[in-house]
Amino acid sequence: MGLAISLRAEPIFSIGSFPVTNSLLLSVLAFLVLAAFAFAVRRRLAMVPGMVQNVAELVIEGALGIMDSVLNGDRRASEKYLPLVFTIFLFIICSNWLGLLPGVGSLIVTQNGMVTPLLRSPASDLNFTLALALIAVTFVNIFGTAAIGLKGRLSVFFNFHGPIDFFVGILEIISEFAKIISFSFRLFGNVFAGEVLLAILAYLVPYVIPVPFLFLELFVGFIQALIFAMLTTVFIGMSIVGHGAGEEGAHANAH
Amino acid sequence: MLLDAESVRLLATSLAIAFGALGPALAIGWIGSKAADAIGRNPEAASKIQTMAILAIVFAEAVAIYALVVALIVKFVA
Repeated sequence: MGLAISLRAEPIFSIGSFPVTNSLLLSVLAFLVLAAFAFAVRRRLAMVPGMVQNVAELVIEGALGIMDSVLNGDRRASEKYLPLVFTIFLFIICSNWLGLLPGVGSLIVTQNGMVTPLLRSPASDLNFTLALALIAVTFVNIFGTAAIGLKGRLSVFFNFHGPIDFFVGILEIISEFAKIISFSFRLFGNVFAGEVLLAILAYLVPYVIPVPFLFLELFVGFIQALIFAMLTTVFIGMSIVGHGAGEEGAHANAH
Repeated sequence: MLLDAESVRLLATSLAIAFGALGPALAIGWIGSKAADAIGRNPEAASKIQTMAILAIVFAEAVAIYALVVALIVKFVA
């Protein structure tokens, strides 16, 4: 059995004309795990919390605390944006950690001569990360518009107060697209590189040596989820105030 | 050294990631050291500096990831 590394996620079967890839399968599994956990916690909610509720409350408090420190202490804003940010975090961390389980990448399916793995880490598929990046950046703009109005949001991009401000506005538009690309490629690059690393190690030295690298991948999976969520929070914080990053520095200097 | 397409592809892949990771590695080291300096000077602002430093490190790392993606595309797609 040789080593097979594919940049694209391989389709396993088709529903009509829609190909279902192995990364889509594992992402659906991650979603089912998260949904099951959510229903289990919901059923056990009580005024006197049990253990599951305690852990869930601890985690949510921690997340709200981190969002507070980014959004300048506004707990109401943190609570308003927690659903999007925490969902992104949970989905990415669940996908990354499920992708480390034995069976992912090793359970194979043979279809007309070609051998493909049945499951693959979802974030190692650019479609998954691009979709999350598009959702995150779209919501950043929606939240910004909801907070300061359409004119306020557009005035960041189309600023006619002077030639330099106009140029900065153009740069802001470009930077929105750069955010989409950087979000998607950061997550994709980290997870795909991890997959390739683990595959090559398992091919070369299957015993003992992959263990520290699995720990590394555990850590990287957590960090990338945290980074995605935290960057989304930072961009939301910037968009609800209504100016770009440059002006923030100027205001800070003025004090 | 046989300069056929496969060898040049291997060379291009390894050079792309090798040089592409050089800049971000230096940048992350600088950011970390400046952050440590700043916290040493002003321990009260530690959490603000930490947030800023993590953010800057993530952006620098993203550039290394872009280089990695180019290397992967050269190896597997082109």
